[in-house]
Amino acid sequence: MSQSNRLKGGLIQTDKPLNFTFDGKSFQGFQGDTLASALMANGVRLMGRSFKYHRPRGLLTSGSEEPNALMELRSGGRQEPNTRATVAELYDGLSAQSQNRWPSLERDMMAINDRFSTFLTAGFYYKTFMWPKAFWEKLYEPIIRKAAGLGSLTGEDDPDLYDKGFLHCDLLIIGAGPTGLSAALTAGRAGAQVILADEDFELGGRLLADANAFESRSGSDWISEVLGELNALPNVRIMPRTTVFGSYDHGIYGAVERNADHLATPQADKPRQTLWRIYSKRALVATGAIERPIAFENNDRPGIMLAGAVRAFANRWAATPAHSVVVFGNNGDAHATARDLMAKGVNVPAIIDVRSDAPDCAGTEVLAGAQIVETKGRLGVTSITVRLANGQHREIACGSVAMSGGWNPNLGLTCHQRGRPSWKEDIHAFVPSSDLPVGQSVAGAAAGDLSTHQALMGGATKAVEALNALGVTATMPDLPEAEDRPVAITPFWHVKGAKRAWLDYQNDVTVKDVKLAHQENFTSVEHLKRYTTLGMATDQGKTSNLGALAVMAELTGKPIPETGTTIFRPPYTPVAMGALGGRAVGKDFHPTRLTPSHTWSEEQGAVFVEVGNWLRAQWFPKAGETHWRQSVDREVLQTRNSVGICDVTTLGKIDVQGADAAQFLNNIYANAFAKLPVGKVRYGLMLREDGVAYDDGTAARFADDHYVVTTTTANAVLVYRNMEFARQCLWPDLDVQLISTTEAWAQYAVAGPNSRKLLQKIVDPEFDISNEAFPFMGCAEITVCGGLRARLFRISFSGELAYEIAVPTRYGDALMREMMKAGEEFDVVPYGTEALGVMRIEKGHAAGNELNGTTSALNLGMGRMVSKKKDCIGNVLSERDGMNTEDAYRLVGIKPVDSSATVPAGGHLMSATGPVDAAHDQGYVTSTAYSPILESSIGLGFVKNGAERMGEKLRLVNPLEGQNIMVEIVSAHFVDPDGEKLRA
Amino acid sequence: MIINHPLLGPRDAQEFTYLGDASLLDRPDWQVPDAAQAFHDYLYLRDNPAGDHRELWFHEQGDRSWLVVTRNTLTHEILNVELARDVAKARRAAQ
Repeated sequence: MSQSNRLKGGLIQTDKPLNFTFDGKSFQGFQGDTLASALMANGVRLMGRSFKYHRPRGLLTSGSEEPNALMELRSGGRQEPNTRATVAELYDGLSAQSQNRWPSLERDMMAINDRFSTFLTAGFYYKTFMWPKAFWEKLYEPIIRKAAGLGSLTGEDDPDLYDKGFLHCDLLIIGAGPTGLSAALTAGRAGAQVILADEDFELGGRLLADANAFESRSGSDWISEVLGELNALPNVRIMPRTTVFGSYDHGIYGAVERNADHLATPQADKPRQTLWRIYSKRALVATGAIERPIAFENNDRPGIMLAGAVRAFANRWAATPAHSVVVFGNNGDAHATARDLMAKGVNVPAIIDVRSDAPDCAGTEVLAGAQIVETKGRLGVTSITVRLANGQHREIACGSVAMSGGWNPNLGLTCHQRGRPSWKEDIHAFVPSSDLPVGQSVAGAAAGDLSTHQALMGGATKAVEALNALGVTATMPDLPEAEDRPVAITPFWHVKGAKRAWLDYQNDVTVKDVKLAHQENFTSVEHLKRYTTLGMATDQGKTSNLGALAVMAELTGKPIPETGTTIFRPPYTPVAMGALGGRAVGKDFHPTRLTPSHTWSEEQGAVFVEVGNWLRAQWFPKAGETHWRQSVDREVLQTRNSVGICDVTTLGKIDVQGADAAQFLNNIYANAFAKLPVGKVRYGLMLREDGVAYDDGTAARFADDHYVVTTTTANAVLVYRNMEFARQCLWPDLDVQLISTTEAWAQYAVAGPNSRKLLQKIVDPEFDISNEAFPFMGCAEITVCGGLRARLFRISFSGELAYEIAVPTRYGDALMREMMKAGEEFDVVPYGTEALGVMRIEKGHAAGNELNGTTSALNLGMGRMVSKKKDCIGNVLSERDGMNTEDAYRLVGIKPVDSSATVPAGGHLMSATGPVDAAHDQGYVTSTAYSPILESSIGLGFVKNGAERMGEKLRLVNPLEGQNIMVEIVSAHFVDPDGEKLRA
Repeated sequence: MIINHPLLGPRDAQEFTYLGDASLLDRPDWQVPDAAQAFHDYLYLRDNPAGDHRELWFHEQGDRSWLVVTRNTLTHEILNVELARDVAKARRAAQ
C-alpha cells in the first residue's frame, strides 16, 4: 500500500523514508512522522479494539491524550504495551502490534461483547459476580483478568538502561508551544537559568498544527528563529521528548526524558529514558489545551476524530484520515479545521454546526443548527446521518468526521496539590484557580487564553512576573502579530436520543452509563468515576471527563461547576516502571556489603547468606560433605574441641567519647555502666521507651572518656540513630560524641579452648594475654603481627574461652590469613553463621529471635539487670503491671524427651494432657538447632513462669504441619552452665 | 520537599529520616510520683494537627543532626527549622 492519504507539505522529511510494520504488514513513512501519522498516511484507520466491547477503534487525537490507538511496540525484552501511536516517534524498523483482539484486529472474536452490551453496563461485574463468594478468587477474577487488560508483556528482562538525574533552575517552563517559547525567550534573554521541557520531539505545540497562527509569517519560521536564539544561550536548557508528569512540594517537578525511544536500540551505555527531579524556583505551566469530543450515536467508529487533531495531521504531518472529511462542531475553531483541510485539497462535504447562528464558510456548506444522529461503517465510518435544523434527515458519505466540542485548558499540573479548578463561562471550560502550587504560574491556553496572541503575551508576561519575584529584571520581547479570534462557542455535550454515544473511548463509557449511574444514585463525580470506570487507565479521562460531568450535571439539574471534577494526580501521562526504578535493578536494587574476609571465604568455597545488605559466610563445606549439617556440625565440634574463627565485622560498632560518656551509656542501656572499670567489657541490654527489649551488645571501656559499643548486625543503623536522638534531644547537656565505626574495623571471633594459644602467636609479645593478665571480659588496645594496632576483647558468644580481635578494615583479609596459618597446629576451623547460631543456642544466648519486639528484660531472664537506681530509656514503663505478672514468659531451654525427635521452630507448648488451643497456650519456641555436642535437637523458647518449671514435660505442637512431640523444659544454658570454660 | 537545614542549607527530604511529633523532646522526669502515667502520656499521646506541626527529622544521609521542623501538614510549607539540640537545651534552661 502506498501512502494514499499523504498530502503535500507538512513538517516531515520526505527525503528520509522509514520502513515499519504494523501487525506484520510493511509500511513506509518519513522522518518526522509518528506511528499514528504514518499509519494514517498509509490509509490505516483501524488501530485498536476498545477495552470492554472490543469495538473497532481508530485515532481520536494527535497527542498524548489518545485513548484508542494503544499498541505494543517492539518485541522480546523491549516489548512495551499500551503505547499511544500518537506519541511513538517513527524510526526505521519499528514494529507495532495491535492489542486486545483475537485472532486479528479485523476479526476479533471478543467483539461478541458488543452484542451483549445491554448486559455489560456500568457496574456489571459488581452486580453479577457476587456469589458464591469462593468463586471470585478462583474462577471469576482470573477469567475477567484474562479477558480484560489491554497490552501484554513478554516477561523477559528489559535489556535497556534507565537513569535518574537532578536539575535546578530559576524558571521551569512546561510546554514549548507559543506560550512556552515566548516565556523562554523572555527569561532566557534576562539571563535566568531556564529549563524548557516539552513532551513532543518537535517544539512549537499548536504552532506546528495550525496553518494561520501568525498574520505575516509561518509558525515554523518563527519557531526556528526562537529556538536558534535559545540554543545559543548557555543559561537555557531545552528538553524535547521530556514529559513533566508531576508537580510536587516546594517547586519540585518530576519529568521523564525519552532519550532513546525514537531509536531502535539506545546507544551503547546510554539510557533509554531518564527520570529527572527538577528543583525550580519558579515554574510556568504552558501546557495548552485539549479538545473535547461530542457524544452522538456510534461516534466511536474509526475515522471519527477530534477536529484539532485532524488539522494537526494535515498541517504538520501532511496526512488525512480520508479524502472526504465532515466537520461537526459547536464553536468557531471547528471551522478552522475545515478551512485548513480544504486548503490542503481535502474534500469537506459539509460543516455541521449545532449553533443556529453559525457563520458561513467559503468552499463548503454550513449546516447551521444541525446534529449528527447516526454513523455507518463496520471497521471505519462510511457515512453519517444528519438531522437538519428543520428536522429533516440527510445522509452524507464521508471517510472521517472531525468533531469539536470546544477546548479544555490542560491544567493537570496546576491541580496536583489538591488545587480545584474554577469554571470560566465564556469558554465553557474549567481553568486553573488561584490556588496554584507555590511558585507556579500558568499562561496561554492552559490558563484559558485560547488565541495565539494571548498565548504569546501571556507567556512573556508571566515570565517577567516570575523573574521579577526572584529579583531578576526582564522585559517583554517583540512578538509577532498573531491570530486573536474570540472563542465563539455554544455549549453542546451530546446529541439527545442517542442509544450508544461514547463519552470515554478508552473505558467504553457511554451517555447511557452515566444515566445508569445517576439512576442508581452514584451522582458524585468520584462515585461516577468508580462506578462507570470513567476517566481511568492510561488517558485518565483527558478527553472524556468533562463530557461525562456535563451529562451528570444535566441529569442532576446542577450547574457543571457545582458538579465539580475528580482530583488530578500525577503522573500526567504513564511513566514506565523502568524509569522509576532507574539503575536500582537486580543486584543494584540495594548495595551489597562484603566482609573483610569475603575474598578469603570465597577461596574456601564458603556458602554465603544475605544478612541485610551483608553477605556473610554461612558455612564452609569441605570435600566429601554432601549436606550442610555435616559442615556445620564439624565447625561446631572443631571449635568446641580446639579453636574456630568467625568474621563478626557486621556487628554495629559505635565509638562513644567525652567526659560524660559513662553517664550517657547509663542512660541508653538498661543496666548500669558508670562503674565499669577501664579495660573491661560489659554486656548491655537496650530497651525501647515502652520497656520492651530491642537490642543487645557490649560496651568496652578503653579510657575514662572512651567506650566502644557494639550492636546487633540488624539494628546497627537504628541503634546509632536512637543514640544520636538520646544525645541531641534527651540529654543535650552531656559532653559526649558518637560516631559509627562499623566499616572501620574488621572484627573476628576466635573461640575454643585453644583460642588463647592461637592468639598468642599473633599478638605482639609485649602484651600479656594470659588468663591472669587478661581475664574474662577484659579489653585492651594492643598491637599484632609486629606493630599493627588492634583491639582485643575477651568476650564469648559461643560459651567457649573466646576473644574478639579487631584491626583496621584494610588489614582484615591479612589478619584472617595470618590467624589461619597460626592456627594450623591447632587444626583451626573457620565457622559461619550457622555454627555461630548453633553455639549461641547451646549456650542460651538471646538473639534476634528472642529480642523479637514483644519481650522484656524479665522475659529474657535479665529482669534483675534493669537498674532501678538511674534514669534510662525504658525503665519506667518496664515496670508496668502487665509486663510483670507472675506467669510472665521466661526464656528456657527445650529438649525433646525422645532425643531422635526434632524440635519444630515456631511450635507452641501445651500441657501434656490438656486441650490444644490458644486458651491453653503455655509458650512458644523461638530458636532451634541440632546440637552436635548433646547429639540432640534443642531449642530456646518462652514459657509462662518458665524459670519455676524446670524438668516439666510439655507437649510441643505445630498444628500447621501436624507435629506433636513431648519436650522437657530445661535451663537455656545447655553447655557449660556455670561458665567455667569461658573463664578458663 | 526541601528542608532548609540550619547548618547545611536547603537539602532534599530524601536525605532525612522522619520520626514524628517534637513533643518527644519533652521526656518526663523519671522520679516524679506519677512517672508511669507521665511516660505513658509522653509515649502514646500525640496531637495530629491539620496545620502547623513541630516534628523531628534526622539527617541520616547527611550530618546526623536531629532537627525540629515546623511544617504545615496541609500544605507541606516549612515554616521553621531548628537544631533539635538547641531546642532541647533552651527548654532545659527555661525549666
